[in-house]
Amino acid sequence: MATDKQTKIRTKTQDGVTDVLVLVSHPMETGLRVDPKTKEKVPPHFIQKMSFFLDGKEVASSDLGTAVAKDPLIGIKLKGAKPGAKLKVTWSDNKGESASEETTIS
Amino acid sequence: MLDEIFLEDPVTQAPRRTFLRNTLATAVLVAVGGTGLLSPHRALAADWPKDAFTAKKLEDAVQALFGSGTLSPSASIKLKAPAQAENSAQVQIQVSAELPNVDAIAIFVEKNPSPLVAHASFSGAEGYFSARMKMAQTSDVVAVVKSGGKLYSARQNIKVTVGGCGG
Repeated sequence: MATDKQTKIRTKTQDGVTDVLVLVSHPMETGLRVDPKTKEKVPPHFIQKMSFFLDGKEVASSDLGTAVAKDPLIGIKLKGAKPGAKLKVTWSDNKGESASEETTIS
Repeated sequence: MLDEIFLEDPVTQAPRRTFLRNTLATAVLVAVGGTGLLSPHRALAADWPKDAFTAKKLEDAVQALFGSGTLSPSASIKLKAPAQAENSAQVQIQVSAELPNVDAIAIFVEKNPSPLVAHASFSGAEGYFSARMKMAQTSDVVAVVKSGGKLYSARQNIKVTVGGCGG
């Protein structure tokens, strides 16, 4: 059974500018929501850091909070990224979970 | 390989092999220690700007994040966000800073319980950042851009009919 990847990266280059969009399947729980079944507050569970690397060099880094929406869609732009360049995105959350995904700029 | 070298060190009189191994081990330790690989697992809690994310007021969050509170409104910051949020738990915002050398962009929802939504720093990427955010109620969304050591800002109001923080 094929499982959907948790972290997906989409890049689109036009006129020397590359749009990068990262979609992560993540609950981004604020810690305020009450579970309707247990009546308890669901503890915070959210991505805190997401970093972007182009051919191994960090080009952007972001700090995210609980106000970022569930299944965050984060976008950055790059200039002059060459086709074939490797773009890596890493993220980590407040529970210590993390992931890394890589793609090639087309 | 080192284990096979068995001599006696003239100073300590410890078997040379042990002396060499200890020296090498120490040298390796010092070398690796210098790279920071041996530091406690990079505590995210320390890296993550907690004070800025827990500040209850916009100006406190800006101060905590950037160490300064002076914002200069700038027309060079373009915000793309809906005037009315269809779904207040998923409000898309794009911030384009047409300023030279953009170091960072931060997004705040002024009337959220904790205004800071996200902060991005750039070391090669363009002065652009987009995200989807949760909004508790109708509020101005404020983008703060750090460029050339100064803070610039732009704001736009977004109307919300049903709050999106789940509280």
